[in-house]
Amino acid sequence: MNFLEYAPAPESPSILHLRKEYGLFIDGEFVKGHGKPFATISPSSEKHIAQIANANAKDVDVAVAAARRAYDRTWSKLSGADRGKFLFRIARLVQERARELAVAESLDNGKPIKESRDVDVPLVAAWFFYYAGWADKLDYAGLGASPAALGVAAQVIPWNFPLLMLAWKIAPALAAGNTVVLKPAETTPLTALLFAEILQQAELPAGVVNILTGAGDTGAALVNHPDVNKVAFTGSTAVGRAIAKSTAGTGKKLTLELGGKAANIVFDDAPIDQAVEGIVNGIFFNQGHVCCAGSRLLVQENIHEEVVDRLKRRLSTLRLGDPLDKNTDIGAINSREQLDRIRELSDIGEAEGADRWTADCAIPENGFWFAPTIFDNVSTSSRIAREEIFGPVLSVLTFRTPAEAISKANNTPYGLSAGIWSDKGSKILAVADQLKAGVIWANTFNRFDPASPFGGYKESGYGREGGRHGLAAYLQTSIDAGASRTPVAARTTITKKVTK
Amino acid sequence: MSRLAVPKTYKLYIGGKFPRSESGRTYEVATAKGAFLANAAKASRKDARDAVVAARAAVAGWTGATGYNRGQVLYRIAELLEGRHAQFAGEIASSEGISLAAAAREVDAAIDVWVWYAGWADKYVQVAGNGNPVSGPYFNLSTPEPTGVVAIVAPQASSLLGLVSVIAPAVVTGNTVVVVASETAPLSAISLAEVLATSDVPGGVINILTGSPAEIAPWLASHADVNALDLAGAERLDWVDLQISAADTLKRVLTPVTGVPAPSLDRIVAFTETKTVWHTKSLI
Amino acid sequence: MTLVNPVVLAPAARAIQMLGGDLTETSLRLHLEGLSGVDAVGLEERAAALGTRSIKTASKAWALDKIIELIDLTTLEGADTPGKVRSLVAKAMTPDPGDMTTPRVAAVCVYGDMVPYAVDALGAAHSRGTGNGINIAAVATAFPSGRASLRVKLADTADAVAAGADEIDMVIDRGAFLSGRYGQVFDDIVAVKEACRRENGTYAHLKVILETGELNTYDNVRRASWLAILAGGDFIKTSTGKVAPAATLPVTLLMLQVVRDWHHLTGERIGVKPAGGIRTSKDAIKYLVTVAETAGEEWLTPSLFRFGASSLLNDVLLQRQKIRTGHYSGPDYVTVD
Repeated sequence: MNFLEYAPAPESPSILHLRKEYGLFIDGEFVKGHGKPFATISPSSEKHIAQIANANAKDVDVAVAAARRAYDRTWSKLSGADRGKFLFRIARLVQERARELAVAESLDNGKPIKESRDVDVPLVAAWFFYYAGWADKLDYAGLGASPAALGVAAQVIPWNFPLLMLAWKIAPALAAGNTVVLKPAETTPLTALLFAEILQQAELPAGVVNILTGAGDTGAALVNHPDVNKVAFTGSTAVGRAIAKSTAGTGKKLTLELGGKAANIVFDDAPIDQAVEGIVNGIFFNQGHVCCAGSRLLVQENIHEEVVDRLKRRLSTLRLGDPLDKNTDIGAINSREQLDRIRELSDIGEAEGADRWTADCAIPENGFWFAPTIFDNVSTSSRIAREEIFGPVLSVLTFRTPAEAISKANNTPYGLSAGIWSDKGSKILAVADQLKAGVIWANTFNRFDPASPFGGYKESGYGREGGRHGLAAYLQTSIDAGASRTPVAARTTITKKVTK
Repeated sequence: MSRLAVPKTYKLYIGGKFPRSESGRTYEVATAKGAFLANAAKASRKDARDAVVAARAAVAGWTGATGYNRGQVLYRIAELLEGRHAQFAGEIASSEGISLAAAAREVDAAIDVWVWYAGWADKYVQVAGNGNPVSGPYFNLSTPEPTGVVAIVAPQASSLLGLVSVIAPAVVTGNTVVVVASETAPLSAISLAEVLATSDVPGGVINILTGSPAEIAPWLASHADVNALDLAGAERLDWVDLQISAADTLKRVLTPVTGVPAPSLDRIVAFTETKTVWHTKSLI
Repeated sequence: MTLVNPVVLAPAARAIQMLGGDLTETSLRLHLEGLSGVDAVGLEERAAALGTRSIKTASKAWALDKIIELIDLTTLEGADTPGKVRSLVAKAMTPDPGDMTTPRVAAVCVYGDMVPYAVDALGAAHSRGTGNGINIAAVATAFPSGRASLRVKLADTADAVAAGADEIDMVIDRGAFLSGRYGQVFDDIVAVKEACRRENGTYAHLKVILETGELNTYDNVRRASWLAILAGGDFIKTSTGKVAPAATLPVTLLMLQVVRDWHHLTGERIGVKPAGGIRTSKDAIKYLVTVAETAGEEWLTPSLFRFGASSLLNDVLLQRQKIRTGHYSGPDYVTVD
């Protein structure tokens, strides 16, 4: 037998007890939505998972009102210590139901179970645990004495790390004393709804967290609702830009975590085996559906061939397939729409003359799949070197000197993350100094921790999530206190301007 | 017979030089009572563009300077202002229509603002940064860095104090600035430029435009090579439009304030980017 | 280090192929120091990730048999006696008397003076270099410390080979390596290799024990692995089992990366033997996964991969019984050796 064709080792979905349909989670209860319900499917099989309620503007009103009521009557009156205890409870419940959440995430999102089990869900628990401890220590956050909460936070999250992004948003918001209305992505609502059940088990006061499922229009209605004080968005730069415009002049505090086109810089003195692993992890983790993915490999010219050769051999060992199989390395692409975009950009890369190489792996019949792909000899002006592909596609470029590496790495409107591989400490620190990116991984890649701030420069957004810095996004600073806002009457003209 | 005074020609301050507006335009600056004071240069969009180019060129050197060095450069501005205290007081008193004593107090305050911010140059990183205890064998450090080129609409009142209160927090970290001075009282801004030109501030780090903020600000707000926008003095402009325009390249924006922004660390941090560096740790 | 009077090293074919004919202490040092560094955290993370593979059903059954086939069943005690060795050999030949489908182990591994007893006990089951049957591996070169003169080490080796050892597990001089005398370590290995030569001109297989627990750093392990291969080693082996830590998954992964790279460069396959500390089937399966996903599945053969172990065998047998019977077995249902 061929040992490497490991026998199937699927995680059983029988651990899940899903409902046939899910309502909106408003004021502590699941309620019917007023929009047209939609189905969530498994991207690896295209099979129906559950029917999901769709929130329209009226539901948004109700949810924001519930959050406001909870803020005024309950949450703002609670001590920091008690807020912290609720967050600790949530962290523990996530740990207790970790396997179930991991299976649901892989089912709904398509990511390999080993990632949802070993990365996403443990980080979710860690995020709540970390921010739980801050809730009664806000005086020490460096924002002055007794920093005030903002009020109601509107949060819109993407489909690539559905539950983890929820944790990144909700944990600091609640620790800082805000209440929340959160909208998960249309294609991945499942774990947010399971999370709502966890909130019920934790006996979190009604209305403190409300979860609205729906598509882009639900998100737009939420962030543009006049009674929200804070908007937090993770997603595409295009939508982030629209939100920055629509919230201009409203006084809503805004944090945006948007796209990226990270350079992963490999110098000729790099620890080569670890660098190859880092490149693989940088772009093929979560099928490349990662805003901070190392999608541009910048490799020093004198080791270019060796690195690409090692990379191809390594990629040939990646296992693509059933996300629930514990040995799967590459899962399904999250949606047909995303698959189409990856295909389109890859075709463009080929048409632009880059050398395409695709790992030889069997593609399942049903579902959305894209085999790990490398484009070699990509030029800096190529679209695949500039646009975020958000898929398992790596563009390889070369450089000759550190200065050239820095200049090419920074030559992008984005600035979320970057990688540096070298055994020479002084070079690493000097290069890190000059990279315009919010997160720099040296001799590692795609590491996340609740204590570590995450967020980008330039068009990758503003504000930081994680760490002490992540609290500042949900508390008033002296600048927020003095900020001007236009009278409500003037806002209609603003909305008009955005839509043009 | 009294001596005939020699009036000053007020020009722009771009890249360490004092050009006239490329448009050749000037506008009349009058005292609070309406008497003619001077013809100030009326900057055009092309002057704004040139100022951004100068500011961008100055970023690498200024950002690369040590905090200790930037602190001394800012303190030097305070020293030079102190020496020309009387000139500034006179200019402010005549253009803003306040008493000489009140003008002198504004100059005092402006000098003190420089001194206060100068001291932050080698400290803000410590206070706004963090060592992060991540769960793994990693060194992990977050430090704030200057965001790049900051365009500023200076407060319209308190022409000197307002101006330094927005410039100093931006440049102390290593940002370079293009600032549009008070439209009605621009003279002390240009006199400040004369101080800057003879100080140790490298050319291009602080660029000062006079003229109409309503005309120039939109060009700065939409300029793709500007990283941040401080609308402190834009209260009477259509500033929401400016903020919307700035969103095209996701500039960091501070919205208008009433009066003069108080000295604060928040203003410093507002135009910084937190960079977090991870590195593996191991003995073997 | 002097260029005026270069210290010329023993001629070893692989080293000459790789470094050129003027093989000196200096050229060897420059070569070893030019090897890519190892980032410990990344290496350990990769090993941990390989350790999460889930090997089930048919794959697991295959893996358990494979583990047995790859075992160097070992006894290396001061208290070893002919009786103990006979018992070990009996276990090697019939690991599970209750299930005659159980494969035999690859070799027994004993001290040099015990080789005659092993030869005697194995009888016809002894492979004698044919590739069929069970090999006898002898530790030599003043195992485990290696602290003896080269003359003694060579005599130790030749003695074991003459007594019928098919494989020699030598130790490198870690003191010399750590003090930078790479040439001395190299010459020792070349000399021991020569001492493995039998009268008929064939060689006993040479496994070079790096004692990675004493080399301490991964950079040292990579250099020592490379050095041992250049000097002619057929196998590189992690440990004596007498020093903690003995074999670890990251160290083994690193050594597998070296033999993978060597193969890519020269087309020649070198063996790897983790030894010491691998006691459970679960751990051993992680090693199989690491071999298959690093060097390739073709390395899962006794000529290219071995486990140096003693208690591992019984744990594998318990797992085999579990698969065969469907219920958990107990230590009284496997034999002690």
